[in-house]
Amino acid sequence: MTSTINPPRATPDPIVPKPSRKQKAVGIRYGLMERMAPYGYIAPFFALFLVFGLFPLLFTFVVALYDWNPVGSQTFIGLENFSRLFQDPRFWNASGNTLSIWLLSTIPQLLIALLLAHLLNHARLKWANFFRMSMLLPYITSVAATTIVFAQIFDRDYGILNHLLEFLGADRFDFRNSVLGSHVLIATMVVWRWFGYTTLLYLASLQAIPRDVYEAAAVDGASGWKQFIHITIPSLRPVIIFTIVTSTIGGLQIFTEPLLLSPQGQFSCGAMRQCQTLTLFLYEQGFGQFAFGYGSAIGVVLFGMIVAIALVNFLLSTRLKGAH
Amino acid sequence: MTDTVVAPVPTPPLPKRRSGGRVGRVRWWTYLFLIIAALACIFPLYWMFVVSSAGAGAASRLPPVLIPGGDLPRLVDLVFTTVPFVRALFNSAVVATTIAVGQALTCALAGFAFAKLRFPGRNVLFIIVVLTMTVPSQLSVIPQYMIISELGWVNTLQALIVPGLASAFGIFWMRQHISSTISDELLQAARIDGASSWQIFWKIVFPIIRPAAFVLGLLGFVTSWNDFLWPFIVLKSPDMYTVQIAIKALQNNLFVDLGLAMAGSFLATLPLLIVFVFVGRRMVAGIMDGAFKG
Repeated sequence: MTSTINPPRATPDPIVPKPSRKQKAVGIRYGLMERMAPYGYIAPFFALFLVFGLFPLLFTFVVALYDWNPVGSQTFIGLENFSRLFQDPRFWNASGNTLSIWLLSTIPQLLIALLLAHLLNHARLKWANFFRMSMLLPYITSVAATTIVFAQIFDRDYGILNHLLEFLGADRFDFRNSVLGSHVLIATMVVWRWFGYTTLLYLASLQAIPRDVYEAAAVDGASGWKQFIHITIPSLRPVIIFTIVTSTIGGLQIFTEPLLLSPQGQFSCGAMRQCQTLTLFLYEQGFGQFAFGYGSAIGVVLFGMIVAIALVNFLLSTRLKGAH
Repeated sequence: MTDTVVAPVPTPPLPKRRSGGRVGRVRWWTYLFLIIAALACIFPLYWMFVVSSAGAGAASRLPPVLIPGGDLPRLVDLVFTTVPFVRALFNSAVVATTIAVGQALTCALAGFAFAKLRFPGRNVLFIIVVLTMTVPSQLSVIPQYMIISELGWVNTLQALIVPGLASAFGIFWMRQHISSTISDELLQAARIDGASSWQIFWKIVFPIIRPAAFVLGLLGFVTSWNDFLWPFIVLKSPDMYTVQIAIKALQNNLFVDLGLAMAGSFLATLPLLIVFVFVGRRMVAGIMDGAFKG
């Protein structure tokens, strides 16, 4: 397993600036410039991060303590936003929807990607480049365009999927206006968008496994399935954990799909809020209702969830390391 | 914390001999599954084209129309008259190109500093870079909007461009790439000749890593072209819309023609598809080389 990973070296033999004769001639200022130069190279990122990343994140915690109206007044109310939030059925509804969509998208996506990566990882596969490239097409398609196409395909009256259902003798199904249907619809879009990308990540890890491992297994008479269970899955474990973490953090950010499934001017994703996610709820409160304080409280809760996920992931990966 | 994010990323450089993969005969069902997967990826895009050229009735006819019709010019014309779509394409191109070039340069330079230069605080600063990748910016959009508002940048393109000019992911990726492709001996030789780190970067490092910087810029271009939430928050007037927001505006005109939003989506995706035809292979290679996040 460790052979597939290559953690960055802590100190990859950096160059120690040795003042040459020429540099000495130029004097101390040149040396000082050289010593300060690395900070200049990383400065653009840190400057932008401070202004547009760290400060807004910290300020979210401050705004969350206020009844903050961008055009009206700002009143300090302590933790009231949070106590309101935890009693708000809309918050629990959005959390449930987010969880449900995450489960419906992550599990199929990982299974499909595992299978396809295993199939693609064949030394004698023809058209390998065509398959790899076609799987990246969804990734370059915008979420907005994806949502419009899938909403059309799944449409009750005009969608080709419902025509197919009808043709097969089943009833038409109104995906958008049912809880499970709308979740399946959004999850399908997420899976479509990401399974190819995940497949390529898995494939990259698989290709690092020396070919003789499979050769030895084949000589020992291990079938394709046995090779899959005993070679493919264990060697992919780190990258599988990684994709679960990224898809979880991505799942908390699902926004565009439910927004474009909402009727114009609304941010509820349907009359019953059947597919409103947490990020869409944040947007609705912040920019639909102009409740900046309440919206920021949702942001703080999202931050808490991400920290929790990172901790679980950290514990899992250290335990995995300990086990080996 | 670091290894939670870092661990799975870099795949070691592939061995010289043809590596990768199981051996033996490829079964027919391998191709069956792969062809189904490829069709599943292609069909929605193809369907977008069919509906934008045959009208929204395409699916409701029996059997459904599966080949493009001749309605495309009419619907495209309707897209251009309903929203300022040419302007939107221009806005998206300006934003995405600037971000692509900016990210490629800032991330290559910072990646070089983290990979090859020694300076106090380097490791701590690098850990901060890695940590920022785990916290999505979405959750703090409200204060971000306040800042943009204070700067007077609401409804301007720089509100989209400036925050996107550097990326933690890009720095991380370039650092990995530079550590693994550029030998220290080479740089030390240049040092002895009296070159400054700035000269070393431009004369030695950048020419070698240009392909990787290109792929990074490409990923930045695609991400920025497709971005929705942030432009949706800061852009207010139709002449400032990017294509994604223009699509949303078209969708609001569903009563005009059901094919309208599909035609808009098709037009918004077409530029990326054209780019993809030329650089798709490099993108695949770049992603498999360690670009693990979009």
